[in-house]
Amino acid sequence: MGEKQKLRMTLLTGRTIEQGVGKECGKTSREYVESVSICYMDPEDLKLLGIKEKTNIQVSTDYGTVVVTALKSKRAPHPGVIFIPYGPWANVVVDPETHGIGMPSLKGIPAYVEPAPDKPLMSLKELLRQNFGKC
Amino acid sequence: MELLIKNGFVYDPINGVNGEKMDIAIKDGKIVEKVNERRAKKIDAFGMVVMPGGVDIHSHIAGGKVNAGRLLRPEDHFKDFERKTTVTRSGVGYSIPSTFTTGYRYARMGWTTVMDPAMPPLEAKHTHEELSDTPIIDKASYPLLGDWWFVLEYLRDGKIEECARHVAWMIKATKGYAIKIVNPGGLEAWGFGRNVENIDDPVPNFDITPREIIRGLCKVNKLLNLPHTIHVHTNNLGRPGNYITTLETMDCVEDLADDGKPSIHITHCQFNAFKGDDWRTFESGAEDIANYVNTHSHVTMDMGQVIFTDTTTMTADGPFQYMLYTLSGKKWTNHDVETETSAGIVPFSYKRKNYVHATQWSIGLELALLIKDPWKIFMTTDHPNGGPFTAYPRVITWLMSRKAREATLKKINPKARSRSLLPSIDRELSLYEIAIVTRAGQAKALGLKNKGHLGVGADADIAIYNFNPETMDPSKKYKALRRAFKRATFTIKGGRVVVKGGEVLKHVEGATVWLDVQTSEEAKITEDMKRRFKEYWTVEFENYPVSEDYLAISQPITVKADV
Amino acid sequence: MSVVKAVTCPVCGSLCDDIELTIEDGKVVKVKNGCAMCEAKFLHYNSEHRVLKPLVRKNGELVKTTLKEAIRRAAEILAEANYPLLYGWSSTSCEAISVGLELAEEVGGVIDNTAVICHGPSILSIQEIGIPSCTLGQIRHRADLVVYWGSNPWSAHPRHIERYTAFSEGRFEKSAWRNYVTKIKALIGRKKIQSAVKRLILKKPPTLSSQMESKPVSSIAREGRRLIVIDVRRTKSAEMADYFVQVEPGKDYELLQAFRVLIRDQELEVDRIAGVPVEYLEEVADAMVNCDFGVVFFGLGLTMSGAKMRNIDAALSLIRDLNMRTKFVIMPMRGHFNVTGANMVFTWQTGYPYAVDFSLGYPRYNPGETSAIDVLLREESDAALVVASDPVSSFPKKAAEHLVKNPLVVIDPHMNVTAQMADVLIPSAFVGIDAEGTAYRMDHVPIPLKKVVNPPRGILPDEEILRRILAEVRKIKSKRVEAA
Repeated sequence: MGEKQKLRMTLLTGRTIEQGVGKECGKTSREYVESVSICYMDPEDLKLLGIKEKTNIQVSTDYGTVVVTALKSKRAPHPGVIFIPYGPWANVVVDPETHGIGMPSLKGIPAYVEPAPDKPLMSLKELLRQNFGKC
Repeated sequence: MELLIKNGFVYDPINGVNGEKMDIAIKDGKIVEKVNERRAKKIDAFGMVVMPGGVDIHSHIAGGKVNAGRLLRPEDHFKDFERKTTVTRSGVGYSIPSTFTTGYRYARMGWTTVMDPAMPPLEAKHTHEELSDTPIIDKASYPLLGDWWFVLEYLRDGKIEECARHVAWMIKATKGYAIKIVNPGGLEAWGFGRNVENIDDPVPNFDITPREIIRGLCKVNKLLNLPHTIHVHTNNLGRPGNYITTLETMDCVEDLADDGKPSIHITHCQFNAFKGDDWRTFESGAEDIANYVNTHSHVTMDMGQVIFTDTTTMTADGPFQYMLYTLSGKKWTNHDVETETSAGIVPFSYKRKNYVHATQWSIGLELALLIKDPWKIFMTTDHPNGGPFTAYPRVITWLMSRKAREATLKKINPKARSRSLLPSIDRELSLYEIAIVTRAGQAKALGLKNKGHLGVGADADIAIYNFNPETMDPSKKYKALRRAFKRATFTIKGGRVVVKGGEVLKHVEGATVWLDVQTSEEAKITEDMKRRFKEYWTVEFENYPVSEDYLAISQPITVKADV
Repeated sequence: MSVVKAVTCPVCGSLCDDIELTIEDGKVVKVKNGCAMCEAKFLHYNSEHRVLKPLVRKNGELVKTTLKEAIRRAAEILAEANYPLLYGWSSTSCEAISVGLELAEEVGGVIDNTAVICHGPSILSIQEIGIPSCTLGQIRHRADLVVYWGSNPWSAHPRHIERYTAFSEGRFEKSAWRNYVTKIKALIGRKKIQSAVKRLILKKPPTLSSQMESKPVSSIAREGRRLIVIDVRRTKSAEMADYFVQVEPGKDYELLQAFRVLIRDQELEVDRIAGVPVEYLEEVADAMVNCDFGVVFFGLGLTMSGAKMRNIDAALSLIRDLNMRTKFVIMPMRGHFNVTGANMVFTWQTGYPYAVDFSLGYPRYNPGETSAIDVLLREESDAALVVASDPVSSFPKKAAEHLVKNPLVVIDPHMNVTAQMADVLIPSAFVGIDAEGTAYRMDHVPIPLKKVVNPPRGILPDEEILRRILAEVRKIKSKRVEAA
């Protein structure tokens, strides 16, 4: 039901065809921004969280916290696994640690997910300003 | 630009000059009769040896597998690097130097022409990009054709002339210099993980034998009038008992030779001169090979000398490289190329105390010393398979000095020493013979008319070494000899002084030589290739050939074929 | 109006070179044979996001300037820096990369390409073990068992399967397309019946999509080409497969090592590995050992999660071991169209494929120390040049922070996220569209890219821009020497 839940999940980031097409249109294009400011979740997990798809959620890891729009995954079942496409939103919460080999951890990051229906999705400009102080 | 080299001891075997004290005149990049002595820049070569610049008929310096080797072995580079200077780029060595370093290191030793012997046609652009980034030396590359599906199909169907026209197309498309054959038939079999056992073992799926491939391409080579013969890495490389395959391979094209001219070049023969049934009974087959070469006039070969060091093996012989991996347990990279060929890379160490390695060391030298005619056997290490080319000065001392051989023999595996023929061989090559096996002979076998000699009209590629044959005995003073060849006092390339005192003075570009083979019916062949291309390859016909833009300095040689 | 054939697409590592473009009035109006990303690139590259004039930052804002001024300012930033980072390179030509290396050597900086956040770990692993591989045509001609592990070609390399693997036609193997179509038809049929039943009876029938417990179907033991997908989620690629193995996230290492045991006909003492019943794994191992020619394509699912490069160690070792039984190869699915080319040029000129440091005057390589992310995390660089890449978008935030804090020169055709942060922004042409060049496919085959249209006025290719910056840097340095 509508109870506020905080779920522990595993975060994956990666490519999607929409993100691939979006980046070719331009990184500040609407297509791109819409393709990377989202998070795919297993429908069962959406139910557990008590939310409907296309509402906002807050994803938090040891490295940061970001608001993205939750979408129903067509690739279910994958309970406990969420997927945010590569991009500035995902990069707020991934693990930068390279473990001495140069590669940060962009998949398999422990994360907490909670509903954030009142928190707005930032625009790219706002996200950049928040992250880097300029845009 | 005029240059005059004065007072040196000149060794120019192609023109019969044997240590005569004479001047060499250079104008506009070529050797000329004489120059205006007042105006010309002069180099005093008094007390020094003057030879044509070195010519290397077989050295893996560029292309897909060479680069895969560089990538595979960062540890090979860590200890051996070169800093950037105001005239040179930085780089790394040791067994697979980076491209700039490769050019500089050859030039420092007085070498000016190097042939990369194995270019997978589909990746020819890669070979040429690297060759173009290899400074100073002139170079060329041989496309791998012995397992190309077109060759296998045409030869199987007996269509020699059709085959020749397609081979001509391929040589032009890849900007290549010669027909290279590696483990014929074996590379196609390796496409499914298999190999061929001998020259009459049929190739799976293609109904043709290695013998037929070698003979067919030998005929093609003749029809196309190519300046070099077919360049062959025989079947069964690296297997005990393979000297038989080598004899059979040489024999199978004897009848195709024209009036005493060579019809085949067997490369890095040391790896194919093994006698014995297995590694335990392994021994040298050099004597048998040398006897054959001494009594036949249709063969040339190069040594493939082993150096006791840590090096990298890399050849197009995929199945052999896999076998070497299973023997040694070292890292292994394999790269099969669709429709055409394969490649494998395995790091390898040759150890003095290892019976097999020590015997291999002996085999290379036995071949060079037992084969009487130095115009038939050339000095190489099959760089980097036997060892890096920077070891050439050392190999020269082994060839010229019994003492040098003995010093090394003392330290090798005792059983190998007792079996080696070297203690019983007194022969020491003279400077004249060294000039043949490291330059004149190689240039002649390659059909490079303007290289390897110092006659009028030759390219002004000259090496001057600080060694005085009148006052020093190379047999005794082999350490000084080695030092002299390690750092040329002067290297002149195209009439320009590029190395002085072993230091590079200029980063100049070298030329890439290729054959513009002209056949009849070229339009028809192009149409035929276009139609069938998609069936064979995963790139478009239009994107396959190498355009001249890929060659830093393109030097085509026109060849008119008889088809 | 004209049609240009044999155009090479400059998007992903598949480097398809059979694209046909229709050009009208100097613009691309139609794309034939390309996937969705290819079409997006060729039709929308000249959008409002294209930068048309060089820009420099003045008083916090990016303002227009001349090319000469932008070049001068860029050269100044690089020449004055102690330890500049030159990053990107994977979406430009080999010719441009070659100039980039010369520039890095001249300024004594560190140069790195996008492999560092992509297949860098794969390269490290290859350097320890080697890699049995081949060109894509070998797979098209010979492979009867194709495995995608931690890779989703449907999303990242859309034409891969139809051009090179399961659905392609080879000399020795035919396309498996027909099998797939039959399977999909059956699946659609079953789904229709299922939803009809659901509506009628209002009860939940057993879900067919739950593949976690599903037994390998007989199709993986049959003749002809077979496709297996191994991943943590049932991707679209997984749906096309003859069999899908759903591995627990972070457990690929265990699964790979389990296969190494099974292909030696040894027994495993547990019931499940990585969430998969061992008996199912045994059947997959059988298929591997009994095929004529097998291939594993792997993606970032292996490089980025769990054991990272150790996953690749295990994968390379598995394939190497399989060569004892049959012919097997492995290939990383490279993302950007010329990341392979960047690795190639870096390697032949410096000996090392990425993360190359020139600060001591010669190439040094130590990923973890000389790699871009680490240099940024340790805040060591004091300026940066970014070419053909968007690290502010693709790097973890903390690394991108340091990039943005220091003087930043960007060379790119689009106003991407990094460009927005630049202090100097020089617009360039698109390699493969309005500039030519060479790129290397994921299997190391070099393919030329065409210039099909002219760039907007004043826009130069990366190669030329870099050459001018290099010349300017040399001028600045020689003036410094004179003054000293």
